[in-house]
Amino acid sequence: MNIAVCVKQVPDASDVKIDKATGTMVREGVPAILNPFDAYAVEEAIRLKEKHGGKVSAVTMGPPQAGEVLKHVVAMGADDVMLISDRAFAGADTWATSYTLGLGLKKLDSLDLVICGKQAIDGDTAQVGPGVAENLGLPFVAYVRKIVEVSGGKMKVERLIEDGYEVVEVSLPAVITVVKEINTPRMPSLKGKMKAKSLEIKPLSAEAIGAEADKIGLAGSPTKVMKVFSPPPKGNRERIDGTPQEQAARLAEKLKELKII
Amino acid sequence: MDYFLTDTQAEIQNLARQIAQEKVKPVRAELDEKEEFPWEIMKVLAQADLFGLYIPEEYGGFGGGAFENCLAVEELSRVCIGVSVSFAASGLGAYPILLFGNEEQKKKYLPQIASGQRLAAFGLTEAGAGSDAGGTRTTAVLDGNEYVINGTKQWITNGGEAEIYTVIAMTNPARGSRGASAFIVEKGTPGFSFGKKEKKMGIRSSATRELVFENCRIPKENLLSKEGMGFLVAMKTLDKSRPGIGAQAVGLAQGAIDECVEYARERRQFDQPVISFQAIQHMLADMVTQTEAARALVYAVAKFIDSDPKDVSKASAMAKLFASDIAMKVTVDAVQIMGGYGYMREYPVEKMMRDAKILQIYEGTNQIQRNVIGAALIKEAAGKKK
Repeated sequence: MNIAVCVKQVPDASDVKIDKATGTMVREGVPAILNPFDAYAVEEAIRLKEKHGGKVSAVTMGPPQAGEVLKHVVAMGADDVMLISDRAFAGADTWATSYTLGLGLKKLDSLDLVICGKQAIDGDTAQVGPGVAENLGLPFVAYVRKIVEVSGGKMKVERLIEDGYEVVEVSLPAVITVVKEINTPRMPSLKGKMKAKSLEIKPLSAEAIGAEADKIGLAGSPTKVMKVFSPPPKGNRERIDGTPQEQAARLAEKLKELKII
Repeated sequence: MDYFLTDTQAEIQNLARQIAQEKVKPVRAELDEKEEFPWEIMKVLAQADLFGLYIPEEYGGFGGGAFENCLAVEELSRVCIGVSVSFAASGLGAYPILLFGNEEQKKKYLPQIASGQRLAAFGLTEAGAGSDAGGTRTTAVLDGNEYVINGTKQWITNGGEAEIYTVIAMTNPARGSRGASAFIVEKGTPGFSFGKKEKKMGIRSSATRELVFENCRIPKENLLSKEGMGFLVAMKTLDKSRPGIGAQAVGLAQGAIDECVEYARERRQFDQPVISFQAIQHMLADMVTQTEAARALVYAVAKFIDSDPKDVSKASAMAKLFASDIAMKVTVDAVQIMGGYGYMREYPVEKMMRDAKILQIYEGTNQIQRNVIGAALIKEAAGKKK
């Protein structure tokens, strides 16, 4: 089974600061990590490979330093990597990114499955997974929490919905996004780390993937950010502390006081 | 201090540190409290390729030595030696096969141990025999193509959890320690069962059980080396593994210092952090100096062992003796510096102090280590030309 995983390098969310003047995120000095949701995608791809054979290729679009997340993914057990990197991609929104990743994925031979994390923790759009599927013209299942079985060119999965899950059968090749319930990502292995260390990553340019200039980067991005702001805090709130029993008792009291119950 | 590790050694250290911090630290108190064997962590260590560090590549290992293994053990021990002993004891069970096994035995068992797919354990101690291996009562009698083993081993680390056991039994009791032989016994062999899990002062997540042999028949191919070599197998195994106890001690002492320094900077008395008091600084200064000295000795001995010298008993015993005495002292002082907080289960140094004691006891008490060192001194002096 040949599987591709789309990954993204993101700022470590445990350490995010917002510039009060501009309302944008301060990126300087913030460590870059593999998007946590993508780690689930990588883990699931490696598990499928362990079960069915084949190989795992990781694809990312980003600046040259995004190669670091590809090394991380190789240390976990991915076989091949593709770094799509070109100044022309700068300013890409989810539309242009999906187009670009789609072109990169088309260069991989006989793909059976593309797995993405459900969303990136910086943009939080959850649009690139489905966008890639659209660009590849492949069926798509979002929020997969379990791959039940793969056989006969088809795959049965459970997809998380608000009040439970759906069982979906999809023909392969397909694109899926996965949620954190699907697995626990592994630590890197020593042999993987040694392989990652000696890995030479050659970036693919816009020309190398055959991208049209008006469909990539800022020029290819219909999204325009008008304003970024932090919502004002909501007033009139009271926080109830204590043990669950105390909290429940106090809450009931309060609701009675307000004549709600 | 910088020990000028190679890139590979630094990777091993980083990986073990990452696993210790992310996977062991959050659960160590619970594992201790529930006396639960850390299977989840063993699986993580297996997937990370750490079980095969000292096993040659031809048998599925990483091709490192005692030093590489010590680096991993130290990092795990910095967080929990209950976990690190479960990891290291598999190595203790593997060394007899690595050192004395024939090609078939190595090919059959070492790849399984290197991958972490099966844990190993070493069975020497009995109710009446430990450091005095001549007191071994477990017997192995050749009957056709099989050895029949009878007897009980005591306090075996990884007992019940491991699947591959190297066991010392008497094939010729009349000859005392020269009548002992070493065997490989697999879990599941009829006549091989386990006693109760022992309740311990420390390293409570590790499994310590009796191995019970009742007419347990094993193929005669499972004899390691030759009959009568059992005592030598045991001694050479312990020579190799003792720096690992030293590495546990260094890691544990460092872990206690880490907790202590952080606490002393935050805890305020008389309007200042307690670390500003010379009384505390001097205690900490001794703790870090002694720990660094222990580390330097353990690393030096491990590297010496990896140079494959003829006899390592003295050096190996020194590494275990010095480092474990330091770990005991440092953890006692760590509790003292943290005062009432240090004594509470809510803080990790209480467990560290309980855990430290075993390091002075297992794989030969520190009194036995002194005997080994003393005997080596006599031998060296006698061998010198006047």
